[in-house]
Amino acid sequence: MKTARARANAGGRWLGVYVLAYLVFLYLPILLIPLFSFNDSIQAAFPLQGFTLSWYETLYGNPALSGALANSLVIGVIAASGATLCGITVSYMDLYGRSPLAATISAVARLPILIPGVIVGISLLILVNLIGLGPSRVAIVLGHILVALPTTVVVMRSRFAAIPKTIREAALDLGASDWTTFRRVMLPLSAPAVLSAFMLAFLTSFDEFIVVFFLAGTQPTLPLYIWSQLRFPRSLPTVMALGTVILTVSFIIAALAEILRHRGLGAARRNPA
Amino acid sequence: MSTIVAARPSPESRISPVFRFAMLLPGGLVTFSLILFALGLVLFLAFRSNDGSLLGAGLTVANFVTVATDPLYWTVTLRSLVIAGLVTLATVVTAYPVAYYLAFHAGRRRNLLLFLVTLPFWTSYLLRVFAWKIVLAYNGVLNSAFIESGLWSQPTLAFLNTPAAVVVTLAHAYAPFAILPIYVALDTIPKSLLEAASDLGARPFTSFRRVVLPNSMPGVLAAALVVFVPTVGDYVTPAMVGGPASTMIGTLIQSQFGKANDWPFGAALSVCVMLVILCVVLLARGADRRFGSRT
Repeated sequence: MKTARARANAGGRWLGVYVLAYLVFLYLPILLIPLFSFNDSIQAAFPLQGFTLSWYETLYGNPALSGALANSLVIGVIAASGATLCGITVSYMDLYGRSPLAATISAVARLPILIPGVIVGISLLILVNLIGLGPSRVAIVLGHILVALPTTVVVMRSRFAAIPKTIREAALDLGASDWTTFRRVMLPLSAPAVLSAFMLAFLTSFDEFIVVFFLAGTQPTLPLYIWSQLRFPRSLPTVMALGTVILTVSFIIAALAEILRHRGLGAARRNPA
Repeated sequence: MSTIVAARPSPESRISPVFRFAMLLPGGLVTFSLILFALGLVLFLAFRSNDGSLLGAGLTVANFVTVATDPLYWTVTLRSLVIAGLVTLATVVTAYPVAYYLAFHAGRRRNLLLFLVTLPFWTSYLLRVFAWKIVLAYNGVLNSAFIESGLWSQPTLAFLNTPAAVVVTLAHAYAPFAILPIYVALDTIPKSLLEAASDLGARPFTSFRRVVLPNSMPGVLAAALVVFVPTVGDYVTPAMVGGPASTMIGTLIQSQFGKANDWPFGAALSVCVMLVILCVVLLARGADRRFGSRT
Protein backbone atom coordinates (compact mmCIF):
# COMPACT_ATOMS: atom_id res chain seq x y z
CA MET A 1 0.00 0.00 0.00
CA LYS A 2 2.79 2.35 0.96
CA THR A 3 4.69 1.59 -2.23
CA ALA A 4 1.55 2.22 -4.27
CA ARG A 5 1.13 5.62 -2.68
CA ALA A 6 4.81 6.39 -3.17
CA ARG A 7 4.50 5.42 -6.80
CA ALA A 8 1.43 7.65 -7.17
CA ASN A 9 3.33 10.55 -5.62
CA ALA A 10 6.26 10.01 -7.96
CA GLY A 11 3.80 9.93 -10.86
CA GLY A 12 2.31 13.18 -9.60
CA ARG A 13 5.74 14.77 -9.50
CA TRP A 14 6.45 13.79 -13.11
CA LEU A 15 3.04 15.13 -14.10
CA GLY A 16 3.90 18.35 -12.27
CA VAL A 17 7.05 18.70 -14.40
CA TYR A 18 4.92 18.10 -17.49
CA VAL A 19 2.40 20.77 -16.44
CA LEU A 20 5.26 23.22 -15.93
CA ALA A 21 6.60 22.48 -19.42
CA TYR A 22 3.09 22.87 -20.82
CA LEU A 23 2.73 26.30 -19.20
CA VAL A 24 6.11 27.33 -20.66
CA PHE A 25 4.89 26.25 -24.13
CA LEU A 26 1.65 28.16 -23.54
CA TYR A 27 3.28 31.42 -22.45
CA LEU A 28 6.69 31.50 -24.17
CA PRO A 29 5.49 32.54 -27.66
CA ILE A 30 3.19 35.20 -26.16
CA LEU A 31 5.99 36.58 -23.95
CA LEU A 32 8.24 37.00 -27.00
CA ILE A 33 6.08 39.97 -28.03
CA PRO A 34 6.92 42.07 -24.93
CA LEU A 35 10.54 40.87 -25.10
CA PHE A 36 11.11 42.11 -28.64
CA SER A 37 9.04 45.26 -28.12
CA PHE A 38 11.94 46.53 -25.97
CA ASN A 39 14.58 45.35 -28.46
CA ASP A 40 16.45 48.01 -30.41
CA SER A 41 16.05 46.37 -33.83
CA ILE A 42 13.50 46.09 -36.62
CA GLN A 43 14.03 42.32 -36.68
CA ALA A 44 12.50 40.06 -34.06
CA ALA A 45 15.64 37.89 -33.81
CA PHE A 46 18.45 36.93 -31.48
CA PRO A 47 20.85 38.22 -30.32
CA LEU A 48 19.00 41.08 -28.62
CA GLN A 49 20.33 44.45 -29.73
CA GLY A 50 19.80 46.53 -26.59
CA PHE A 51 16.99 48.08 -24.61
CA THR A 52 14.81 50.83 -26.07
CA LEU A 53 11.45 52.48 -25.43
CA SER A 54 11.37 54.12 -28.85
CA TRP A 55 8.77 51.67 -30.24
CA TYR A 56 6.40 52.73 -27.48
CA GLU A 57 6.99 56.38 -28.38
CA THR A 58 5.78 55.65 -31.92
CA LEU A 59 2.41 54.71 -30.40
CA TYR A 60 1.83 58.31 -29.31
CA GLY A 61 0.40 60.85 -31.71
CA ASN A 62 -0.77 58.27 -34.22
CA PRO A 63 -4.29 59.34 -35.26
CA ALA A 64 -5.11 56.05 -37.07
CA LEU A 65 -4.16 54.11 -33.95
CA SER A 66 -6.04 56.29 -31.47
CA GLY A 67 -9.09 56.24 -33.75
CA ALA A 68 -9.01 52.45 -33.82
CA LEU A 69 -8.54 52.33 -30.04
CA ALA A 70 -11.53 54.63 -29.46
CA ASN A 71 -13.63 52.48 -31.81
CA SER A 72 -12.63 49.30 -30.02
CA LEU A 73 -13.42 50.77 -26.60
CA VAL A 74 -16.85 52.11 -27.60
CA ILE A 75 -17.80 48.94 -29.48
CA GLY A 76 -16.47 46.77 -26.62
CA VAL A 77 -18.51 48.57 -23.94
CA ILE A 78 -21.76 48.59 -25.97
CA ALA A 79 -21.40 44.98 -27.17
CA ALA A 80 -20.47 43.79 -23.68
CA SER A 81 -23.52 45.58 -22.21
CA GLY A 82 -25.78 43.94 -24.79
CA ALA A 83 -24.24 40.51 -24.34
CA THR A 84 -24.41 40.76 -20.54
CA LEU A 85 -28.07 41.85 -20.62
CA CYS A 86 -28.87 38.91 -22.90
CA GLY A 87 -26.77 36.54 -20.79
CA ILE A 88 -28.57 37.54 -17.59
CA THR A 89 -32.10 37.32 -18.98
CA VAL A 90 -31.53 34.20 -21.09
CA SER A 91 -29.95 32.18 -18.27
CA TYR A 92 -32.46 33.42 -15.66
CA MET A 93 -35.43 32.41 -17.78
CA ASP A 94 -33.72 29.14 -18.71
CA LEU A 95 -33.45 28.24 -15.03
CA TYR A 96 -36.70 29.70 -13.65
CA GLY A 97 -38.94 30.39 -16.65
CA ARG A 98 -40.04 26.76 -17.02
CA SER A 99 -41.03 27.24 -20.64
CA PRO A 100 -39.87 25.47 -23.79
CA LEU A 101 -39.31 28.85 -25.46
CA ALA A 102 -36.89 29.95 -22.71
CA ALA A 103 -35.01 26.65 -22.98
CA THR A 104 -34.84 26.99 -26.77
CA ILE A 105 -33.52 30.55 -26.58
CA SER A 106 -30.87 29.45 -24.09
CA ALA A 107 -29.79 26.56 -26.32
CA VAL A 108 -29.63 28.75 -29.44
CA ALA A 109 -27.71 31.43 -27.50
CA ARG A 110 -24.94 28.87 -26.87
CA LEU A 111 -25.00 27.68 -30.51
CA PRO A 112 -22.27 30.09 -31.74
CA ILE A 113 -19.75 27.76 -30.01
CA LEU A 114 -20.54 25.23 -32.76
CA ILE A 115 -20.26 27.72 -35.65
CA PRO A 116 -16.84 28.72 -37.01
CA GLY A 117 -16.22 32.47 -36.78
CA VAL A 118 -15.97 32.84 -40.55
CA ILE A 119 -19.59 31.65 -40.94
CA VAL A 120 -20.84 33.91 -38.13
CA GLY A 121 -19.08 36.75 -39.95
CA ILE A 122 -20.52 36.10 -43.42
CA SER A 123 -24.05 35.38 -42.13
CA LEU A 124 -24.10 38.73 -40.31
CA LEU A 125 -22.58 40.44 -43.36
CA ILE A 126 -25.51 39.19 -45.44
CA LEU A 127 -27.97 40.23 -42.71
CA VAL A 128 -26.67 43.79 -42.23
CA ASN A 129 -26.60 44.32 -45.99
CA LEU A 130 -30.15 43.03 -46.26
CA ILE A 131 -31.51 45.44 -43.63
CA GLY A 132 -29.63 48.32 -45.26
CA LEU A 133 -27.15 48.83 -42.44
CA GLY A 134 -24.07 47.63 -44.31
CA PRO A 135 -20.65 47.08 -42.72
CA SER A 136 -20.46 49.63 -39.90
CA ARG A 137 -19.81 50.01 -36.20
CA VAL A 138 -23.41 48.98 -35.44
CA ALA A 139 -22.82 45.81 -37.45
CA ILE A 140 -19.67 45.11 -35.41
CA VAL A 141 -21.63 45.58 -32.18
CA LEU A 142 -24.22 43.04 -33.34
CA GLY A 143 -21.47 40.59 -34.30
CA HIS A 144 -19.69 40.96 -30.98
CA ILE A 145 -22.89 40.52 -28.96
CA LEU A 146 -23.21 37.20 -30.75
CA VAL A 147 -19.59 36.15 -30.21
CA ALA A 148 -19.69 37.04 -26.49
CA LEU A 149 -23.16 35.58 -25.86
CA PRO A 150 -22.14 31.97 -25.06
CA THR A 151 -19.65 33.26 -22.46
CA THR A 152 -22.13 35.52 -20.67
CA VAL A 153 -24.85 32.85 -20.72
CA VAL A 154 -22.51 30.19 -19.27
CA VAL A 155 -21.11 32.53 -16.58
CA MET A 156 -24.55 33.83 -15.49
CA ARG A 157 -26.22 30.43 -15.67
CA SER A 158 -23.70 28.78 -13.36
CA ARG A 159 -23.97 31.74 -10.98
CA PHE A 160 -27.79 31.70 -10.81
CA ALA A 161 -27.70 27.92 -10.39
CA ALA A 162 -25.32 28.31 -7.42
CA ILE A 163 -27.82 30.51 -5.52
CA PRO A 164 -29.88 28.22 -3.25
CA LYS A 165 -33.40 27.76 -4.61
CA THR A 166 -34.88 28.54 -1.19
CA ILE A 167 -33.80 32.18 -1.38
CA ARG A 168 -35.86 32.88 -4.49
CA GLU A 169 -38.79 30.86 -3.17
CA ALA A 170 -38.69 32.75 0.14
CA ALA A 171 -38.86 36.09 -1.67
CA LEU A 172 -41.80 34.94 -3.78
CA ASP A 173 -43.62 33.44 -0.77
CA LEU A 174 -43.20 36.69 1.15
CA GLY A 175 -45.13 38.40 -1.62
CA ALA A 176 -42.39 39.90 -3.76
CA SER A 177 -43.32 40.09 -7.43
CA ASP A 178 -41.21 38.33 -10.08
CA TRP A 179 -39.72 41.65 -10.99
CA THR A 180 -38.84 42.58 -7.39
CA THR A 181 -37.41 39.12 -6.73
CA PHE A 182 -35.24 39.41 -9.80
CA ARG A 183 -34.10 42.98 -9.23
CA ARG A 184 -33.79 43.09 -5.43
CA VAL A 185 -32.76 39.51 -4.60
CA MET A 186 -31.31 37.52 -7.48
CA LEU A 187 -29.44 40.30 -9.28
CA PRO A 188 -27.65 41.68 -6.17
CA LEU A 189 -26.67 38.12 -5.19
CA SER A 190 -25.04 37.60 -8.59
CA ALA A 191 -23.56 41.09 -8.96
CA PRO A 192 -19.90 39.90 -9.04
CA ALA A 193 -20.77 37.42 -11.81
CA VAL A 194 -22.55 40.17 -13.78
CA LEU A 195 -19.40 42.29 -13.62
CA SER A 196 -17.27 39.27 -14.51
CA ALA A 197 -19.48 38.41 -17.51
CA PHE A 198 -19.31 42.04 -18.65
CA MET A 199 -15.51 42.11 -18.45
CA LEU A 200 -15.09 38.81 -20.29
CA ALA A 201 -17.54 39.96 -22.98
CA PHE A 202 -15.61 43.21 -23.29
CA LEU A 203 -12.33 41.29 -23.71
CA THR A 204 -13.94 39.02 -26.31
CA SER A 205 -15.07 42.04 -28.31
CA PHE A 206 -11.85 44.01 -27.79
CA ASP A 207 -9.63 41.17 -29.08
CA GLU A 208 -12.00 39.76 -31.69
CA PHE A 209 -10.72 39.60 -35.26
CA ILE A 210 -12.33 36.77 -37.25
CA VAL A 211 -15.89 38.19 -37.29
CA VAL A 212 -15.04 41.89 -37.27
CA PHE A 213 -13.01 41.38 -40.45
CA PHE A 214 -16.29 41.03 -42.40
CA LEU A 215 -18.33 43.69 -40.60
CA ALA A 216 -16.03 46.72 -40.43
CA GLY A 217 -16.80 49.69 -42.64
CA THR A 218 -14.45 52.63 -42.86
CA GLN A 219 -13.67 52.73 -39.15
CA PRO A 220 -11.45 49.81 -38.09
CA THR A 221 -11.06 48.38 -34.60
CA LEU A 222 -7.70 47.79 -32.95
CA PRO A 223 -7.21 44.18 -34.18
CA LEU A 224 -8.03 45.33 -37.73
CA TYR A 225 -5.50 48.14 -37.39
CA ILE A 226 -2.87 45.59 -36.28
CA TRP A 227 -3.76 43.34 -39.24
CA SER A 228 -3.33 46.27 -41.66
CA GLN A 229 0.10 47.03 -40.14
CA LEU A 230 1.36 43.44 -40.43
CA ARG A 231 1.91 43.92 -44.16
CA PHE A 232 4.72 46.41 -43.47
CA PRO A 233 7.86 44.80 -42.01
CA ARG A 234 8.98 48.24 -40.76
CA SER A 235 5.99 48.56 -38.46
CA LEU A 236 6.48 45.16 -36.76
CA PRO A 237 8.22 46.65 -33.68
CA THR A 238 5.36 49.14 -33.28
CA VAL A 239 2.87 46.27 -33.52
CA MET A 240 4.81 44.45 -30.80
CA ALA A 241 4.76 47.51 -28.53
CA LEU A 242 1.02 47.89 -29.13
CA GLY A 243 0.57 44.13 -28.61
CA THR A 244 2.39 44.34 -25.28
CA VAL A 245 0.02 47.06 -24.07
CA ILE A 246 -3.02 45.06 -25.22
CA LEU A 247 -1.74 41.83 -23.63
CA THR A 248 -1.07 43.59 -20.32
CA VAL A 249 -4.54 45.13 -20.24
CA SER A 250 -6.13 41.78 -21.24
CA PHE A 251 -4.27 39.92 -18.49
CA ILE A 252 -5.38 42.45 -15.86
CA ILE A 253 -9.05 42.46 -16.93
CA ALA A 254 -9.15 38.65 -17.21
CA ALA A 255 -7.57 38.29 -13.75
CA LEU A 256 -10.11 40.69 -12.21
CA ALA A 257 -12.98 38.87 -13.94
CA GLU A 258 -11.72 35.53 -12.63
CA ILE A 259 -11.48 36.85 -9.06
CA LEU A 260 -14.98 38.35 -9.30
CA ARG A 261 -16.46 35.17 -10.70
CA HIS A 262 -15.49 33.19 -7.60
CA ARG A 263 -16.20 36.00 -5.17
CA GLY A 264 -19.21 35.64 -2.92
CA LEU A 265 -19.93 32.15 -4.22
CA GLY A 266 -18.64 30.63 -1.00
CA ALA A 267 -20.66 33.07 1.09
CA ALA A 268 -23.87 32.24 -0.76
CA ARG A 269 -23.26 28.53 -0.18
CA ARG A 270 -22.27 28.89 3.47
CA ASN A 271 -25.31 30.95 4.50
CA PRO A 272 -28.15 29.68 2.39
CA ALA A 273 -30.51 31.73 4.57
CA MET B 1 -50.15 22.92 7.38
CA SER B 2 -49.17 20.75 4.52
CA THR B 3 -52.55 21.19 2.86
CA ILE B 4 -52.17 24.97 2.99
CA VAL B 5 -48.75 24.72 1.35
CA ALA B 6 -50.07 22.37 -1.27
CA ALA B 7 -53.02 24.64 -2.01
CA ARG B 8 -50.81 27.62 -2.77
CA PRO B 9 -49.69 27.96 -6.34
CA SER B 10 -46.05 27.05 -6.74
CA PRO B 11 -43.74 30.00 -7.37
CA GLU B 12 -42.99 28.68 -10.86
CA SER B 13 -46.57 28.92 -12.07
CA ARG B 14 -47.04 32.51 -10.90
CA ILE B 15 -44.66 34.18 -13.37
CA SER B 16 -46.50 37.15 -14.80
CA PRO B 17 -46.81 37.36 -18.59
CA VAL B 18 -45.34 40.88 -18.69
CA PHE B 19 -42.26 39.81 -16.74
CA ARG B 20 -41.85 36.73 -18.90
CA PHE B 21 -42.14 38.77 -22.10
CA ALA B 22 -39.67 41.44 -20.93
CA MET B 23 -37.14 38.83 -19.82
CA LEU B 24 -37.39 36.78 -23.01
CA LEU B 25 -37.27 39.79 -25.35
CA PRO B 26 -33.52 40.65 -25.52
CA GLY B 27 -32.35 37.05 -25.79
CA GLY B 28 -35.17 36.16 -28.16
CA LEU B 29 -34.37 39.05 -30.49
CA VAL B 30 -30.68 38.21 -30.61
CA THR B 31 -31.04 34.45 -30.98
CA PHE B 32 -33.84 34.49 -33.53
CA SER B 33 -32.70 37.38 -35.72
CA LEU B 34 -28.91 37.31 -35.43
CA ILE B 35 -28.41 33.56 -35.21
CA LEU B 36 -31.35 31.63 -36.69
CA PHE B 37 -32.49 34.16 -39.31
CA ALA B 38 -28.90 34.98 -40.34
CA LEU B 39 -28.06 31.27 -40.72
CA GLY B 40 -31.30 30.83 -42.69
CA LEU B 41 -30.11 33.59 -45.03
CA VAL B 42 -26.87 31.69 -45.64
CA LEU B 43 -28.83 28.54 -46.44
CA PHE B 44 -31.15 30.49 -48.78
CA LEU B 45 -28.27 32.23 -50.54
CA ALA B 46 -26.52 28.88 -51.09
CA PHE B 47 -29.32 27.86 -53.48
CA ARG B 48 -29.18 31.08 -55.53
CA SER B 49 -27.00 31.96 -58.49
CA ASN B 50 -24.69 34.94 -58.47
CA ASP B 51 -26.02 37.86 -60.53
CA GLY B 52 -24.20 40.58 -58.64
CA SER B 53 -27.20 41.44 -56.48
CA LEU B 54 -27.27 40.95 -52.70
CA LEU B 55 -29.46 37.87 -52.60
CA GLY B 56 -28.66 36.44 -56.04
CA ALA B 57 -31.26 35.08 -58.43
CA GLY B 58 -33.20 31.95 -59.26
CA LEU B 59 -33.18 28.64 -57.49
CA THR B 60 -30.30 26.33 -58.26
CA VAL B 61 -28.08 23.60 -56.90
CA ALA B 62 -25.25 24.62 -59.24
CA ASN B 63 -23.13 25.89 -56.33
CA PHE B 64 -23.23 22.50 -54.64
CA VAL B 65 -22.56 20.72 -57.94
CA THR B 66 -19.41 22.83 -58.35
CA VAL B 67 -18.30 22.05 -54.79
CA ALA B 68 -18.90 18.33 -55.34
CA THR B 69 -17.30 18.02 -58.79
CA ASP B 70 -14.32 20.39 -58.69
CA PRO B 71 -11.35 18.48 -57.18
CA LEU B 72 -9.97 21.76 -55.77
CA TYR B 73 -12.73 21.86 -53.15
CA TRP B 74 -12.24 18.21 -52.23
CA THR B 75 -8.51 18.83 -51.76
CA VAL B 76 -9.04 21.93 -49.62
CA THR B 77 -11.83 20.34 -47.57
CA LEU B 78 -9.73 17.24 -46.98
CA ARG B 79 -6.76 19.40 -46.00
CA SER B 80 -8.94 21.41 -43.57
CA LEU B 81 -10.21 18.19 -42.01
CA VAL B 82 -6.70 16.74 -41.69
CA ILE B 83 -5.28 19.97 -40.21
CA ALA B 84 -8.21 20.43 -37.81
CA GLY B 85 -8.08 16.72 -36.92
CA LEU B 86 -4.34 16.86 -36.17
CA VAL B 87 -4.79 20.06 -34.14
CA THR B 88 -7.64 18.48 -32.19
CA LEU B 89 -5.65 15.30 -31.53
CA ALA B 90 -2.55 17.24 -30.47
CA THR B 91 -4.51 19.62 -28.22
CA VAL B 92 -6.56 16.93 -26.50
CA VAL B 93 -3.65 14.51 -25.99
CA THR B 94 -1.38 17.21 -24.56
CA ALA B 95 -4.17 18.73 -22.46
CA TYR B 96 -5.25 15.45 -20.86
CA PRO B 97 -2.28 15.05 -18.49
CA VAL B 98 -2.66 18.70 -17.44
CA ALA B 99 -6.34 18.19 -16.67
CA TYR B 100 -5.46 14.95 -14.85
CA TYR B 101 -2.89 16.74 -12.71
CA LEU B 102 -5.40 19.52 -11.95
CA ALA B 103 -8.06 17.03 -10.90
CA PHE B 104 -6.01 14.60 -8.81
CA HIS B 105 -2.62 16.08 -7.86
CA ALA B 106 -2.78 19.89 -7.85
CA GLY B 107 -4.01 20.29 -4.26
CA ARG B 108 -3.78 23.88 -3.06
CA ARG B 109 -2.27 25.05 -6.35
CA ARG B 110 -5.36 23.98 -8.29
CA ASN B 111 -7.09 27.36 -8.55
CA LEU B 112 -3.89 29.17 -9.51
CA LEU B 113 -3.07 26.57 -12.19
CA LEU B 114 -6.63 26.62 -13.54
CA PHE B 115 -6.35 30.39 -13.79
CA LEU B 116 -2.96 30.18 -15.54
CA VAL B 117 -4.12 27.70 -18.20
CA THR B 118 -7.30 29.66 -19.00
CA LEU B 119 -5.69 33.11 -19.02
CA PRO B 120 -4.29 32.91 -22.60
CA PHE B 121 -7.86 32.17 -23.77
CA TRP B 122 -8.75 35.78 -22.99
CA THR B 123 -5.85 37.33 -24.88
CA SER B 124 -5.93 38.37 -28.51
CA TYR B 125 -6.03 35.44 -30.92
CA LEU B 126 -4.45 37.65 -33.59
CA LEU B 127 -1.49 38.40 -31.30
CA ARG B 128 -1.03 34.73 -30.42
CA VAL B 129 -0.84 33.87 -34.12
CA PHE B 130 1.40 36.87 -34.75
CA ALA B 131 3.75 35.59 -32.04
CA TRP B 132 4.22 32.36 -34.03
CA LYS B 133 4.95 34.35 -37.17
CA ILE B 134 7.91 36.02 -35.48
CA VAL B 135 9.00 32.66 -34.02
CA LEU B 136 8.97 30.82 -37.35
CA ALA B 137 10.04 33.56 -39.78
CA TYR B 138 13.16 33.20 -41.99
CA ASN B 139 14.96 35.87 -39.98
CA GLY B 140 12.88 35.12 -36.91
CA VAL B 141 13.33 33.86 -33.37
CA LEU B 142 13.81 30.14 -34.00
CA ASN B 143 16.28 30.51 -36.88
CA SER B 144 18.32 33.20 -35.14
CA ALA B 145 18.36 31.25 -31.88
CA PHE B 146 19.65 28.11 -33.62
CA ILE B 147 22.34 30.04 -35.51
CA GLU B 148 23.33 31.91 -32.35
CA SER B 149 23.74 28.62 -30.50
CA GLY B 150 25.79 27.18 -33.39
CA LEU B 151 23.36 24.35 -34.12
CA TRP B 152 23.24 25.31 -37.77
CA SER B 153 24.86 27.97 -39.89
CA GLN B 154 22.14 28.92 -42.40
CA PRO B 155 18.63 30.12 -41.60
CA THR B 156 16.06 27.71 -42.95
CA LEU B 157 12.85 28.45 -44.78
CA ALA B 158 11.42 25.16 -43.61
CA PHE B 159 9.37 26.62 -40.71
CA LEU B 160 7.11 29.30 -42.12
CA ASN B 161 4.52 28.76 -44.86
CA THR B 162 3.98 25.05 -44.25
CA PRO B 163 0.89 23.13 -43.12
CA ALA B 164 2.97 22.02 -40.11
CA ALA B 165 3.30 25.66 -39.06
CA VAL B 166 -0.51 25.96 -39.23
CA VAL B 167 -0.96 22.85 -37.06
CA VAL B 168 1.52 24.05 -34.40
CA THR B 169 0.11 27.58 -34.33
CA LEU B 170 -3.51 26.46 -34.11
CA ALA B 171 -2.68 23.83 -31.48
CA HIS B 172 -1.06 26.56 -29.40
CA ALA B 173 -3.87 29.07 -29.98
CA TYR B 174 -6.62 26.62 -28.96
CA ALA B 175 -4.73 24.76 -26.20
CA PRO B 176 -6.65 26.46 -23.35
CA PHE B 177 -9.99 25.33 -24.87
CA ALA B 178 -9.30 21.66 -24.27
CA ILE B 179 -8.20 21.57 -20.63
CA LEU B 180 -11.36 22.83 -18.94
CA PRO B 181 -13.92 20.28 -20.27
CA ILE B 182 -11.55 17.36 -19.54
CA TYR B 183 -10.80 18.72 -16.07
CA VAL B 184 -14.51 19.05 -15.26
CA ALA B 185 -15.15 15.46 -16.42
CA LEU B 186 -12.24 14.10 -14.36
CA ASP B 187 -13.13 16.17 -11.33
CA THR B 188 -16.71 14.87 -11.23
CA ILE B 189 -15.74 11.18 -11.25
CA PRO B 190 -16.95 9.90 -7.86
CA LYS B 191 -13.92 9.17 -5.66
CA SER B 192 -15.69 5.99 -4.49
CA LEU B 193 -15.23 4.52 -7.99
CA LEU B 194 -11.45 4.91 -7.76
CA GLU B 195 -11.40 3.48 -4.22
CA ALA B 196 -13.52 0.55 -5.32
CA ALA B 197 -11.13 -0.14 -8.20
CA SER B 198 -8.08 -0.11 -5.97
CA ASP B 199 -9.86 -2.14 -3.24
CA LEU B 200 -10.72 -4.76 -5.83
CA GLY B 201 -7.03 -5.04 -6.62
CA ALA B 202 -6.74 -2.96 -9.78
CA ARG B 203 -3.26 -1.60 -10.31
CA PRO B 204 -3.02 2.17 -10.94
CA PHE B 205 -2.70 1.78 -14.71
CA THR B 206 -5.60 -0.70 -14.89
CA SER B 207 -7.85 1.56 -12.85
CA PHE B 208 -6.87 4.48 -15.10
CA ARG B 209 -7.60 2.50 -18.26
CA ARG B 210 -10.79 0.83 -17.04
CA VAL B 211 -12.28 3.50 -14.75
CA VAL B 212 -10.82 6.98 -15.19
CA LEU B 213 -10.42 7.09 -18.98
CA PRO B 214 -13.91 5.83 -19.91
CA ASN B 215 -15.49 8.12 -17.32
CA SER B 216 -13.65 11.14 -18.67
CA MET B 217 -14.61 10.49 -22.31
CA PRO B 218 -17.54 12.98 -22.31
CA GLY B 219 -15.07 15.71 -21.36
CA VAL B 220 -12.59 14.54 -23.99
CA LEU B 221 -15.30 14.61 -26.68
CA ALA B 222 -16.48 18.07 -25.60
CA ALA B 223 -12.88 19.29 -25.69
CA ALA B 224 -12.36 17.79 -29.15
CA LEU B 225 -15.49 19.55 -30.39
CA VAL B 226 -14.63 23.02 -29.07
CA VAL B 227 -11.17 22.76 -30.65
CA PHE B 228 -12.27 21.20 -33.95
CA VAL B 229 -15.07 23.68 -34.79
CA PRO B 230 -13.08 26.93 -34.74
CA THR B 231 -9.98 25.36 -36.33
CA VAL B 232 -11.76 23.73 -39.29
CA GLY B 233 -13.10 27.12 -40.42
CA ASP B 234 -10.05 29.21 -39.58
CA TYR B 235 -8.65 31.57 -42.20
CA VAL B 236 -6.35 33.82 -40.14
CA THR B 237 -3.65 31.30 -39.25
CA PRO B 238 -3.33 29.88 -42.81
CA ALA B 239 -2.96 33.45 -44.06
CA MET B 240 -0.36 34.39 -41.43
CA VAL B 241 1.90 31.33 -41.21
CA GLY B 242 0.56 28.81 -43.73
CA GLY B 243 1.44 30.07 -47.19
CA PRO B 244 -0.31 28.91 -50.38
CA ALA B 245 0.13 25.21 -49.59
CA SER B 246 -2.11 25.51 -46.50
CA THR B 247 -5.21 27.12 -47.96
CA MET B 248 -8.16 26.00 -45.84
CA ILE B 249 -11.89 26.00 -46.44
CA GLY B 250 -12.27 29.15 -44.30
CA THR B 251 -9.82 30.92 -46.62
CA LEU B 252 -12.01 30.03 -49.62
CA ILE B 253 -15.19 31.24 -47.89
CA GLN B 254 -13.50 34.49 -46.92
CA SER B 255 -12.32 35.12 -50.49
CA GLN B 256 -15.81 34.45 -51.91
CA PHE B 257 -17.06 37.32 -49.74
CA GLY B 258 -14.02 39.42 -50.61
CA LYS B 259 -11.89 39.33 -53.75
CA ALA B 260 -13.76 36.55 -55.60
CA ASN B 261 -17.09 38.25 -54.78
CA ASP B 262 -19.39 35.27 -55.34
CA TRP B 263 -21.58 35.35 -52.23
CA PRO B 264 -23.94 32.51 -53.19
CA PHE B 265 -20.98 30.18 -53.77
CA GLY B 266 -19.40 31.27 -50.47
CA ALA B 267 -22.73 30.55 -48.77
CA ALA B 268 -22.79 27.06 -50.35
CA LEU B 269 -19.26 26.40 -49.04
CA SER B 270 -20.41 27.56 -45.58
CA VAL B 271 -23.37 25.18 -45.70
CA CYS B 272 -20.97 22.32 -46.56
CA VAL B 273 -18.74 23.24 -43.59
CA MET B 274 -21.78 23.28 -41.29
CA LEU B 275 -22.81 19.85 -42.62
CA VAL B 276 -19.32 18.49 -41.88
CA ILE B 277 -19.50 19.95 -38.36
CA LEU B 278 -22.98 18.47 -37.91
CA CYS B 279 -21.59 15.02 -38.83
CA VAL B 280 -18.75 15.45 -36.33
CA VAL B 281 -21.20 16.58 -33.61
CA LEU B 282 -23.44 13.57 -34.29
CA LEU B 283 -20.41 11.24 -34.18
CA ALA B 284 -19.36 12.78 -30.86
CA ARG B 285 -22.93 12.44 -29.55
CA GLY B 286 -22.97 8.77 -30.54
CA ALA B 287 -19.60 8.15 -28.89
CA ASP B 288 -20.77 10.06 -25.83
CA ARG B 289 -23.80 7.82 -25.51
CA ARG B 290 -21.59 4.73 -25.84
CA PHE B 291 -19.55 5.90 -22.86
CA GLY B 292 -22.72 6.63 -20.91
CA SER B 293 -22.86 10.42 -20.71
CA ARG B 294 -23.04 11.92 -17.25
CA THR B 295 -23.66 15.42 -18.49
